[in-house]
Amino acid sequence: MTLLRGRGYASVNYPTGMNLGGDPSQAIIHATTMGGFVVTLSSVDLGQGLKTVVAQCAAETLGIPMENVIIDTADTDTGPHCMGTFASRGTHRVGNAVIMAAREAREVMLQVAADELEVDAGDLETDGTGFVRLKGSPATKIHISDIALAAHFKQGKSISGRGIFLKERSYPVPETGEMDPDSCQAHACTVAEVEVDDETGIVTVLRMYNTYEIGRALNPAMVAQQVEGGAWMGVSHAIFESTEPYYPASRAHGPIDFCEYLMPGPAEIPVQTSVILERPASNGPFGAKGIGEMTANAPIPAIANAIFDACGVRLTTMPFTPESVLRGLDALRAA
Amino acid sequence: MTVTIVNLKVNGVDQAFMARPGTTLLLALREQLGLTGAKRGCAQGACGSCTVLLDGAPVVSCLVPATTVDGADIATVEGLADGQQLSDVQQAFLDGFATQCGFCTPGMLMSAEALLARNPDPTADEVNEAISGNVCRCTGYAPIVSAILDAAERRRNRVEATH
Amino acid sequence: MAKINPIDPDYFKDERAAPGFKVIGTTVPRSDALGHVTGRTEFFEDRTFPNLAHLKIHRSPHHHALIDSVDTSHAEQTPGVLRVLTYKDVPANWYGVLRLIGIGPDDEPVLAEDRVIYKGEPIVAVVADSEAAALEGASRVRVSYTELPAVLDVEEAMSPDAPIIKRAGTNYFVYEGHHSRRIRFGDVEAGFARADHVFDWRYSSAPIEHAPTETTGCIVVPQSNGRLLIHSNTQAAFFTLDNTALIINRAPTDLQVKGGTVGGGFGGKVDVMVEPLACIAATLTNRPVKFVYTREEEMQVSSPRAAERIYIKDGVLSDGRIVARKIMLYVDAGAYARHSPYGATKAAAHLPGPYTIPNVHADCHCVYTNRTPSSAMRGFGVTIADFAIESQMDRIARALDLDPLEFRLRNAYRDGDLKAHRKVASGTALIEVIQRAAELVGHELPEEYRAMSSTTPRGAQA
Ligand code: FES
Ligand code: FES
Repeated sequence: MTLLRGRGYASVNYPTGMNLGGDPSQAIIHATTMGGFVVTLSSVDLGQGLKTVVAQCAAETLGIPMENVIIDTADTDTGPHCMGTFASRGTHRVGNAVIMAAREAREVMLQVAADELEVDAGDLETDGTGFVRLKGSPATKIHISDIALAAHFKQGKSISGRGIFLKERSYPVPETGEMDPDSCQAHACTVAEVEVDDETGIVTVLRMYNTYEIGRALNPAMVAQQVEGGAWMGVSHAIFESTEPYYPASRAHGPIDFCEYLMPGPAEIPVQTSVILERPASNGPFGAKGIGEMTANAPIPAIANAIFDACGVRLTTMPFTPESVLRGLDALRAA
Repeated sequence: MTVTIVNLKVNGVDQAFMARPGTTLLLALREQLGLTGAKRGCAQGACGSCTVLLDGAPVVSCLVPATTVDGADIATVEGLADGQQLSDVQQAFLDGFATQCGFCTPGMLMSAEALLARNPDPTADEVNEAISGNVCRCTGYAPIVSAILDAAERRRNRVEATH
Repeated sequence: MAKINPIDPDYFKDERAAPGFKVIGTTVPRSDALGHVTGRTEFFEDRTFPNLAHLKIHRSPHHHALIDSVDTSHAEQTPGVLRVLTYKDVPANWYGVLRLIGIGPDDEPVLAEDRVIYKGEPIVAVVADSEAAALEGASRVRVSYTELPAVLDVEEAMSPDAPIIKRAGTNYFVYEGHHSRRIRFGDVEAGFARADHVFDWRYSSAPIEHAPTETTGCIVVPQSNGRLLIHSNTQAAFFTLDNTALIINRAPTDLQVKGGTVGGGFGGKVDVMVEPLACIAATLTNRPVKFVYTREEEMQVSSPRAAERIYIKDGVLSDGRIVARKIMLYVDAGAYARHSPYGATKAAAHLPGPYTIPNVHADCHCVYTNRTPSSAMRGFGVTIADFAIESQMDRIARALDLDPLEFRLRNAYRDGDLKAHRKVASGTALIEVIQRAAELVGHELPEEYRAMSSTTPRGAQA
């Protein structure tokens, strides 16, 4: 038995959003009596953390603390339309809609504050801790809860805002495929190091080095979640997963539970080292691009290329099972 | 159909429910006792999202016949926190961003609690082993393993501090 | 403590300058995490309703067969069974989820009518007091079939003598008169003629399951005002609402979808598979109805990531410039379209990968076979293409004895380049992620390659 080591590379890009028929999302924001800002959406959080990042977008734009932002989402009776969570579109579309709504609400908030402070709204700024203050003379200030109360009970104003982001429709030209389906591109490069056991055919992914260009990291710990979880799925796709292990020859042998449908467990994961680059997208919320899907992609070919580097077997069919490695090694020996 | 009355302790509180033949502990907890923290990810004993502690030992509650737990002591995720005070494992999951969709989390937490109860200073391999029956599709496991190791350290520090 | 990956501040310095952000760019805690660790996060199935009824499906055991007869009498007599549904109970049985954006034809029945075209296709739905009774009832449905030859290979399906399995008359999706979504850019044959080397290889993949820990499901609750409230783990609330309304032929205002908290999706929860039948069952029984996939259904019946087969032929100059790339791509859509026509188009827009190649020809086929319908999954149209393209890049680099990163850098797309689908590239950063990865692993690049930049035009290089 020999353990053979190899290194493989892959670099990829990935589109944010996939639109052909028009791709919108909307947001509505309103202030409560005490200065809470409710962001109403119909968007879905699959676990990627949409509720948190769009709250950040709202807080940043309104200039208020995170604690004052309330996300109310995914009730079609109350939330305005969202196309859905897929195609790495959530943060980009919904983030932009929330920013637009927050800008409108902010304008009213500053106007109400200006009337209370008897100054010009253009001279006001937010301090991020909950106050609106006069630029250059921070002692002249008013808290957002007082602004909201004044709006409700004194000035008769609705501190609210509406936002929509629409990626306009683009039908492909049938002859040439000319089209404009996406909003921006994120990028990744993976270097994978593997070990191949030439007796069992088992591939172990030892280490992965990744660089990701993601526009803007809105929440660095959540970026780490996306890239690490995604890269794990890439490893899993590469060496384990299929609902039809003998595709296309046989439809039989389909796994029906997690004992048969294999994925790497905690003892089978590579050490991941990742570096983030930011090239903000001109049309992204604070420059962010969608990265939810891309992170699973580069590991797969990087692993295939590393397997070749390790043992000379070129695997052209996913997943790279022990059986396929052993068949490849047999073919090499026979040649 | 015979219905059995099952008396047991859940999170330290005396409880009772009526079990029809074929009901599982998981469904009894969720549907009769209103404790929906334990999740049904497969009902086949293969995902771990329904993990609870039965007399201190982690079990996949979807495979435990409800009629067999009479007199047992059950611990579920709902009982981990002491009021507002999270357990070390809960706090470490929170601080370590070890949750994404959160569906696997209750089961993971219970497996981790069981591990730390019997082994306060586990190695990473022992953590891997302890959660090997818990499937997570989102996180890639690394943050979960780190969080459990972090929780073990927090617990040890607390124990030291009180001595 | 949370792991945070370093952001390298030296790349795109001017562009990334942040104007005094207070919240953006900081690690704020996840708003949902406390609910997750205390078990209080409410997923759709965590709601309990008195009188809840359960729905289970009787499915086809055959890949391809005519249905001669369906006998539901035994199912109806099963204790606890409330109602048995066939296609006759579905007001608008034929549908296609992408009709909302004008993509047709409606090619899928909610419940099979006179034939089944994949193993696992739903034929009868049984609604009962308990899950066990619903399962028992479903198992007592008797269907007799005449089996037909199955088509299980994408290229066989495309061949002229293959049995036609689709009522639209072709075993592939028709893109405005074409048998594939095409990319035509430059003159690929002239490119091959000019090339010093030509490489032609094949890649393929098998179907992959999303495997979210929470399976697809919903609970539909009839409201006192006659509306239906749908608690769902759909990835797209309005998309589900609108498609459901069309299938059950009710005004969209009769329906309300609540969701937004989902135990993983990865593309597997955008197919609108459970809500229409649960709505019909809730209406007919006037009880709350739960329809949730078992793990087995999730694994074998819910749409997987499509298997793909990809042929890539490249023409390359001796110095490593790729001058022509021709791609034949087959997406195995399985029995029904669902989101796959879109996936093949997404693949087309992605080709030829993040490289600037002057001559590109691609045919991306969305092919029907007698398999579980595939649909959207994390990166669909791109993930498998990337596997093929990046394997191809590695093989060419080795064949020409070029450094694998230098070979990629030489062909990497940059701002201002025209992509094969005739969109001008902007905001590119492929060069930089490669350079930074090289640095990360100590892979030395010559100065010429380290000096490259996505923002400087290719100039004489092209
Ligand atoms: S639900 Fe019990 S192990 Fe999956
Ligand atoms: S966080 Fe989603 S399954 Fe673990």
